Amino acid sequence: MNIFDPAIFPILTADGLTNGAVYALLSLALVLVFAVTRVIFVPQGEFVMFGTLTLASLQLGRVPGTLTLLLVLLAVSTVLNIVEALRRGDGRAAGIAAASGVALGAGVWALTTALAAAKAPLLVQVLLTLLLVVPLGPLLYRVVFQPLRNASVLVLLIASVALHLVLMGIGLIFFGPEGSRTPAFAEGNTALGGVTLSNQSLLVILVSAVLMLALYYFFDRTLTGKALRATAVNRMGARLVGIRPTAAGSLAFTVAALIGALSGLLIGPSIAVSYDTGFLIGLKGFVGAIIGGLVSYPVAALGALLVGLIESYASFSLSQWKEVIVFTLILPVLLWRSLSSKHHDEEDE
Amino acid sequence: MKRSHKARLTLTTLLAVSSLALADVRVGVIVSATGPAASLGIPERNTVALLPQTIGGQKIIYTILDDASDTTTAVTNARKLIQENKVDLIIGTTTTPASLAMIDVAAESKTPMISLAASESIIKPVDARRSWVFKTPQTDALMAAAIVAHMQQNKVKTVGYIGFNDAYGEGWLAELQKNAAAKGIRVVATERYARTDTSVTGQVLKVLAARPDAVLIGASGVPAVLPQKTLKDRGFSGKIYQTHGVANADFLRVGGKDVEGAILPAGPVLVADQLPDSNPMKKVGLAYVNLYEAKYGQNSVSTFGAHMWDAGLLMQKAIPAALKKAKPGTAEFREALRDAIRGTRNIIGAHGIFNLSATDHLGLDARSRVMVQVVNNTWKLIK
Repeated sequence: MNIFDPAIFPILTADGLTNGAVYALLSLALVLVFAVTRVIFVPQGEFVMFGTLTLASLQLGRVPGTLTLLLVLLAVSTVLNIVEALRRGDGRAAGIAAASGVALGAGVWALTTALAAAKAPLLVQVLLTLLLVVPLGPLLYRVVFQPLRNASVLVLLIASVALHLVLMGIGLIFFGPEGSRTPAFAEGNTALGGVTLSNQSLLVILVSAVLMLALYYFFDRTLTGKALRATAVNRMGARLVGIRPTAAGSLAFTVAALIGALSGLLIGPSIAVSYDTGFLIGLKGFVGAIIGGLVSYPVAALGALLVGLIESYASFSLSQWKEVIVFTLILPVLLWRSLSSKHHDEEDE
Repeated sequence: MKRSHKARLTLTTLLAVSSLALADVRVGVIVSATGPAASLGIPERNTVALLPQTIGGQKIIYTILDDASDTTTAVTNARKLIQENKVDLIIGTTTTPASLAMIDVAAESKTPMISLAASESIIKPVDARRSWVFKTPQTDALMAAAIVAHMQQNKVKTVGYIGFNDAYGEGWLAELQKNAAAKGIRVVATERYARTDTSVTGQVLKVLAARPDAVLIGASGVPAVLPQKTLKDRGFSGKIYQTHGVANADFLRVGGKDVEGAILPAGPVLVADQLPDSNPMKKVGLAYVNLYEAKYGQNSVSTFGAHMWDAGLLMQKAIPAALKKAKPGTAEFREALRDAIRGTRNIIGAHGIFNLSATDHLGLDARSRVMVQVVNNTWKLIK
């Protein structure tokens, strides 16, 4: 049967757009993190995995392992903050860091254990999942990348790959070898112009679109967003006008973790996510980000949608070559990029 | 001062002598406790803790290594076990590619090895290299024949296939095509997907376009849920077959309503409590299930760990026989152990009855499989 058959083509397109929307979100996060901190953030997919699996553990009434990770990272970053404050001779800041670290940890722990045991309603569990996964972003930045903030892109990439492997291993320990699925947020189907789509995939497209608009508004209209953009364009210049690069980096990682966790919640109902699922999803987002040259948000998002569509069409016509086709897409893009763009030393500041 | 020195010397001598007299049997275990095959490797590793600590009056020392589902690591581990730990027997590893690579190591060092992987090529043909290699899991050929026989009984004329784009999926496709052709069943669609795919809509549409009577999903574990869910979402009403790679509790937990009605072949241990009392595997299977669940919790058992259990049974029978011929830690002992495993007759395991020979290093027959169906989110034996 032909791929352009009217009974098939719209379904494939809708399916490709659903997946592409998730890849697009991830590619935006990758571009953001790279632009602000120069980190090629390989573990982006791990936030997706933690998002789905944390919600899945909460569904089973278990305290998710994410809590342990969060508390450990919080402890390490608190110690780092205290040491740094003491080195400056600022005893009061050290005290505040210690007190806030302990208070935050105790608060999150109490909330999670109480809500996990009580099997709270789905929406509360979703919010709790976000509360557990999103802080991982800034904490990982504080513990891993902030001490390396003056390192080269290559060193940052190596740290990023190492972090990816560590987080995947932690995922295996916390959630076991087999995946989990989360309950659907929307049941049933909707008929749109002769094509039946599941409400879940409509929700994915809708939420992704809203999130992208929100990001656009954030970067274009708010002062914080503009500060992030300024850091991305010129770190030194941003510093001169009073934007702290570490604060910008921390914020970029927070947004990346939020996007990752939300993507995890969006795809959780349609596939079983396991500890090693994140990488390939992140990689497809990365292909989109590369198409955008790791700098352009709209091109990255369009590139990721293209990846989703090509994946969907390829899985129909040549399923055994699908991955090859999707990842080969990156070659002409890289070729075109290397021919069209002027080379400049990005270590030059 | 002098006296304590003398005492120490005596003690050292005594220790040295005693360690010679009590040459323990050393068993090296390699499983995939991490990586893509972890859901198979972890129950296998857990089962080692249930194996006996002494056999035939000799202490058994188990050394467990993880190969991370990686072929190179498996080979390195095998060499390490043989050279550093001086093992008399290797059990493992979980996956077919890694087991195939370990054959050479076992043959070079003349150490018997019992693989826990599925593929027939690990033990067939029994040539000079494979004369040291055994395995306990049923081959995919044995399981595919059971599926095709069930299709034939149920008047399936055409079948579609969706499987992993890796060795597992390709192996099953080859066995399906071979067996189906012999029974006059046509394979009308063959589609692949990756275990991490977020959608298989394209593949399912293609399969549906060929209008098959039944579909076989050549996948293992939780990722096997997605094609079945998508087939149902797209209104497929024919029979859906799965492979024995899905036979664990996680598949039912994640699949829920979506995998209802799936038909698959499995080792009898999966439905041990439903087997008729006349079935010899019932007692062994139940004993294993109870032992495992007592240690690791209710519903934690899977068929994969039972392959390790069966390897343990072969070992328990063979070690006493080999001890009569030679001392552990010697080449003679390893050879005697190989011959003893090869001479296994009528050992009832959790997965079947083992009758090994010089030309058959698996020794299982059709009694080692049953057809089961997912009914009300549990495995139900098809009688």
